[in-house]
Amino acid sequence: MNGVHDLGGTDGLGPVVVPDREPVFTAEWEKAAFAMFSMCFRAGFFGVDEFRYGIEQMHPAVYLLSPYYEHWIHTVEHYGKAKGLLDLDEVDRRTQYYLEHPDAPLPQREDPDLVAFVEAVVPAGAPAKRESDKAPQFKVGDTVTVRADSPLGHTRRARYIRGRTGEIVLAHGTFIYPDSAGNGGGDAPQHVYTVKFTNTELWGPDTAEPNGVVYFDVWEPYIVPAHTTGAAA
Amino acid sequence: MSTHVRSQEEIAARVKALESILIEKGIMTTAAVDRLVEIYENEVGPQLGAKVVARAWTDPAFKQRLLADATKACADFGIGGLQGEDMVVVENTADIHNVIVCTLCSCYPWPVLGLPPNWYKEPAYRSRIVKEPRKVLREDFGYELSDSVEVRVWDSSSEMRYWVLPVRPAGTDALSEAELAGLVTRDSMIGVGPAASPVS
Repeated sequence: MNGVHDLGGTDGLGPVVVPDREPVFTAEWEKAAFAMFSMCFRAGFFGVDEFRYGIEQMHPAVYLLSPYYEHWIHTVEHYGKAKGLLDLDEVDRRTQYYLEHPDAPLPQREDPDLVAFVEAVVPAGAPAKRESDKAPQFKVGDTVTVRADSPLGHTRRARYIRGRTGEIVLAHGTFIYPDSAGNGGGDAPQHVYTVKFTNTELWGPDTAEPNGVVYFDVWEPYIVPAHTTGAAA
Repeated sequence: MSTHVRSQEEIAARVKALESILIEKGIMTTAAVDRLVEIYENEVGPQLGAKVVARAWTDPAFKQRLLADATKACADFGIGGLQGEDMVVVENTADIHNVIVCTLCSCYPWPVLGLPPNWYKEPAYRSRIVKEPRKVLREDFGYELSDSVEVRVWDSSSEMRYWVLPVRPAGTDALSEAELAGLVTRDSMIGVGPAASPVS
């Protein structure tokens, strides 16, 4: 989708505000919001690609103006509702209750398996690499063009690289394909490559800063051999 | 799709409401939240990446292995896992400066840097660093790069997680590996600043 989350190259968003010091979590609620990602992942709310797509479906104005971990709440609610795991009317009622009683305690329940899950998932991770016997269609050194059409669902094919031509500099093997998994499909593994684009190719000679490049990772269906013509390229 | 921008109080109540339901459903516990938070507040952070960098500065063979396969090289330190399942380290030199970003969301190499600072996830950095990195580094991070230095921006659009091996500061020949690690800042491994200079 052509969403506001796709920020690369957007102008007018002001300076980067860098505080001297910043705690890991700037508010208490951020801790639970952060933890919901891994625990709802474990409970089957979403994979990481769906998780991102849920965030992308926030209202653009709210997306830009809300603190980052609040985005994670939106995607928990989005998939909780879509998969019948959450009753949002109940969430509304309880929100009202905690607004009026901010110090009211949370329900208490023990589950050693959940703590064990945390201990295990942090060092083990959740790899997106998927073995596949699919032969790569491209290799390091190839010049490729990113398909320029606008997909409607989740994609990692950012707007600022669409239609642009660059050189493959790294080949990483096969990974879950976000344009499938993020849209409710299977892993559908595809080869991932890093493509190098010059600043001039991306932004034009009048705007581009001198002596610079951008590296962007693409899945194989995102690219075609350079200099081909047709609707796809 | 709501257009309401919530206050901190409203967000806190919403999160608590969700958490209470998820606890009742057996999906969360406060103990699991506390443990996860403790890990990223105290155990997994840029001090881990700094150890790897200091080793690369002092051991050329390790540096080659790190640049060839960062995931494997970090595993030697017991470093790896969530949001760093597949890592690539890119090397800064006198002529090349690398910087990382995720323009589409907030991808960041957690096992070596911990959780990202807020500015890394906010729209200003994500929108501008791919288009005007020299200007952002100069104006917002106070880091001026000569035009003779090539600026390479790595947009973490896939599950590969990139991070930067900064240039070893001058005047550090006599320092131990542990002292060197103390000079390696989070920002230097993102690429928005140099490693710190030793206090003389």
